[in-house]
Amino acid sequence: MRAPVSIERATHASRIAAVVSLLTLVGLAAAPWWTGRANLRLLGEVYAFIALASLWNLLAGYTGLVSVGQQAFVGLGGYVLFAAAMFYGVPPLVAVVLAGVVGAIVALPMAPLLFRLQGAYFAIGTWVAAEVFRLSFAQVSALGGGSGTSLPARLVIGIAATRDQRDMLLYWFALALGLGTVAMIYLLLRSRAGLALTAIRDSEIASESLGVDIVRTKLLVYVATAAVTSMVGALVFLQKLRISPDAAFSVNDWTAYVIFIVVIGGIGTIEGPIIGAIVFFLLRETLADLGTTYLVILGVVAIAVMLKAPKGLWGLFSARTGIVLFPVRRRVVHPDAR
Amino acid sequence: MEILNALVQGVLLGGLYALFAAGLSLIFGVMRLVNIAHGDLIVLSAYMALVVVQATGLNPFVAALIVVPLMALIGYALQRILLNPTLDKDLLSPLLVTFGLSIIIQNLLLGQFSADSRKLSAGAIETASIGIGGGLSVGLLPLAMFAAAVAVIVGLEFMFTRTRIGRAFRATSDDAEIAQLMGIDRRHVYAAAMALSAAIIALAGVFLAVRTNFDPSTGPLRLLFGFEAVIIGGLGSLWGTLAGGIVLGVAQTLGAQINPGFQILAGHIVFFLILVVRPRGLFPRMD
Repeated sequence: MRAPVSIERATHASRIAAVVSLLTLVGLAAAPWWTGRANLRLLGEVYAFIALASLWNLLAGYTGLVSVGQQAFVGLGGYVLFAAAMFYGVPPLVAVVLAGVVGAIVALPMAPLLFRLQGAYFAIGTWVAAEVFRLSFAQVSALGGGSGTSLPARLVIGIAATRDQRDMLLYWFALALGLGTVAMIYLLLRSRAGLALTAIRDSEIASESLGVDIVRTKLLVYVATAAVTSMVGALVFLQKLRISPDAAFSVNDWTAYVIFIVVIGGIGTIEGPIIGAIVFFLLRETLADLGTTYLVILGVVAIAVMLKAPKGLWGLFSARTGIVLFPVRRRVVHPDAR
Repeated sequence: MEILNALVQGVLLGGLYALFAAGLSLIFGVMRLVNIAHGDLIVLSAYMALVVVQATGLNPFVAALIVVPLMALIGYALQRILLNPTLDKDLLSPLLVTFGLSIIIQNLLLGQFSADSRKLSAGAIETASIGIGGGLSVGLLPLAMFAAAVAVIVGLEFMFTRTRIGRAFRATSDDAEIAQLMGIDRRHVYAAAMALSAAIIALAGVFLAVRTNFDPSTGPLRLLFGFEAVIIGGLGSLWGTLAGGIVLGVAQTLGAQINPGFQILAGHIVFFLILVVRPRGLFPRMD
């Protein structure tokens, strides 16, 4: 008789990680009480980039849809927020959610068009699409045209009465969005759809032959990613209180940095974008004085990682130690092996 | 009349876009590589021409005699050192390495030359024009750009069909492993293709520098124009890239007639329209 086997998903490390993450989260949620305004803003930015990097990683690392045009949705989200708040009086925090809905609606017809371009051409196609967005919003004079616009003071006060309260509220919102994004991706990858995604990542042909509907899965991921990216964009520009086409649809800010974060951290893992974002901000805070040299260093590091350690920092660490913090795999455990 | 004039200017502008596109198309055809740093290499060539002109006082087109071979060398080295190691991996590696390269080139240029926009003066040819009847006249410079694009494409077609290295390009493109068995060194063939692409890039860069203002951040837009010309024309067809360049150029100059802010947007929109109507481009050749 065959020995009964069980399927195990959690690992020893992941159980410890869950406890540590929870404690860290409690600490981070309490940040308004133990740190100043500047650090709150920095942390808010870190959460936004963790979200953007995780989303890009879901798209590129799992479905092979390498986009260099995600700034289209960051900017779209920002502009939806400004337009909804300024023209229709939608409360800014509600407008963030609205931005997600609009992002999804816009992405739905874009996807089949862009999917006509294969591989690297898809990447540049998304970039052209983002440029269309940038140039189009530059034509809208009600939103300040090419020079952009600021959120009127009465709307800013509408978020919360005092500046401290606003900073706190936006901080928690950023934390919730960053955490929510990572949690959503984690749960997605552990689900049935996630199994399909992982299969597509490993071999598109093999997964298709096993009945995975590739086009539908890719469409779903593209649209979902666009929706959440738009929400992050809306939140980012709510923090900045000012928007312009060049800032909103910047390929450097919303795509180059994000790609470097994912590559350096480790593509195709949940931990990678988080590690990458932390490394990115540590580098930025220490090397920002170097100006253009800093970006050159960042580019060199990203190329070196791509050539020498394509799985990124987390991949190197995980391969050495076998530690996985966010297990999405299913492992068969023999009773004898215990 | 103005529309007709815009049409003629657009066709000639298409020559420059075909030059942007030819190098991109060549390396995609030989090794399925899309070089995200393509536009930044064009701008880098423009700055090289600037440095040569400032140092020697040569005419920019004479300076091209130095810039073109130099860029070819850079292209060869780039392929051997950075890009060949990425080719056997997935799609992502070459894409991300060239993307990193793009950021590096932009910021090195920014550090060296600041964000001020520059332009090269080529003397009388810039303003010279010849009448073509009907009250229309065309500038000598746009005409020279168009002629250069046609010459490059004729040259590439000749090389692909008639020369030894051209046969090696086609063989490697068809099946790299079999080509290796036949004694072709794939690494060298790829590097030669990139060197050729970089030489065309250098030529395009010199024309760009003479025709318009440039600064370190203008590279990506050149990549997008070249890419649009390739896709509009149809993957793998060299004459298609010329047709694609012309369509793009005409769309832009006609768009500018409606509203100056509409110029580049009109080109992008036509690109997407063609993607809807003819996803494989106007003259598709490759599967």
